[in-house]
Amino acid sequence: MTYVTQADLGGQPGHGRVVPEAEGELFHAGWEPRALALTLAMGATGAWNIDMSRAARETLPDYARLSYYEIWTHALEKLLLERGLLQPGEVEAGAAIAGPWPTLPRTLQAADVATVLARGSPTARPGPAPAFALGDAVRLRNGAVPHHTRLPGYARGKCGTITAVHGPHVFADAHAQGLGEQPCPLYTVAFSGQELWGSEPGAARLTVSIDAWEPYLERAS
Amino acid sequence: MTGLVRFSMAGMAQEHTHDGRHDHEHGHEHDHEHSEIGPMDLRVRALETVLAAKGYIDPAALDLLIDTYQTRIGPRNGARVVARSWCDPAFRRWLLADATAAIASLGYSGRQGEQMHAVENTPTRHNMVVCTLCSCYPWPVLGLPPTWYKSAPYRSRAVRDPRGVLADFGVVLPAETEIRVWDSTAELRYLVIPQRPAGSEQLNEEQLAALVTRDSMIGTGLARSPGAAA
Repeated sequence: MTYVTQADLGGQPGHGRVVPEAEGELFHAGWEPRALALTLAMGATGAWNIDMSRAARETLPDYARLSYYEIWTHALEKLLLERGLLQPGEVEAGAAIAGPWPTLPRTLQAADVATVLARGSPTARPGPAPAFALGDAVRLRNGAVPHHTRLPGYARGKCGTITAVHGPHVFADAHAQGLGEQPCPLYTVAFSGQELWGSEPGAARLTVSIDAWEPYLERAS
Repeated sequence: MTGLVRFSMAGMAQEHTHDGRHDHEHGHEHDHEHSEIGPMDLRVRALETVLAAKGYIDPAALDLLIDTYQTRIGPRNGARVVARSWCDPAFRRWLLADATAAIASLGYSGRQGEQMHAVENTPTRHNMVVCTLCSCYPWPVLGLPPTWYKSAPYRSRAVRDPRGVLADFGVVLPAETEIRVWDSTAELRYLVIPQRPAGSEQLNEEQLAALVTRDSMIGTGLARSPGAAA
């Protein structure tokens, strides 16, 4: 089965100029804050993890034409439907079909909101020692990835330098597939603008870094 | 215009300029979106009704989540972090060495800021933060990301033509300035410490915080000059 992400936008031409926005301008329609809160509240139930929700969003076929909170809403419905937490037709009817309904590991009650937000979801874990060290030259793995990944296309096959070693973190690729956390060392890898974009004028005096898990990296000589 | 009318009929109208909002979301015209405002309102309401009926969500928790990000967690938090780093050299060193702990000492931590990294602008180096893959953003210090941060123009161009992006924000840096772009591809979250503006030597921490804009902490802007219009 092929996995197609619509969200890997780094370096893509043709998207036009950036339109700034005032600081207080948080929402642009009455439903947007509810969509945000629904997504956060369902995320807190443990029915899926953040990497699964990113995978659900980036594989929406109409990703490019949806606004960001539309993407969140569509992906939320997809995640719910996949798990039988929502049945086809319920949203259209605006009512739940007769129970019993599947139960959730937990739900987010108003009294717990502050605690849950303050705790967050740290991803640092005990795990293997790093194979690479500060200053090491590395090449990022190339080729298509048949599942959710956090290795952006523009960095694949490119050579960079390790500029930070962060210790083991939950590995997004595995986590998104329901394969457990599989913690592995995380690094910051910096690339010269020239390595990424050649002699383009915009790439002059530019360094771009990504945060990359060890399985993304090969030693470069 | 249909969308705006339906939207208002749904009784959920908020203040917004229809055309401006649309441009903000996409940077170009998408007429089909106008007719989606009404349906999205109904769809999200229906979804909430169904999930509440099943006991999966507590509507009061939703209200609290929204209130938190509308009134308590936003870029003024980050501005206080930056102002402290400008005033207190020991705090600045701590922030650059262990941003998570230094920021938590001011009361800001948690969701989407579990592991923080502060990057400091200097006269020769300018930092900019992006998430090319989605919308990763340091919520405890900056709140919810602006629309442009989540949009294709910013996510595509920040790593390839950051000077062009800065120009969209009206910012021109000296040609010799090195630009460092941080693509937030994992769960580390980045906060840019802008340069302290000239002429701000006499200001106290609170006055300094007022000069620190959200965009300056993402790296698409600079801190305001004292006396410049807020």
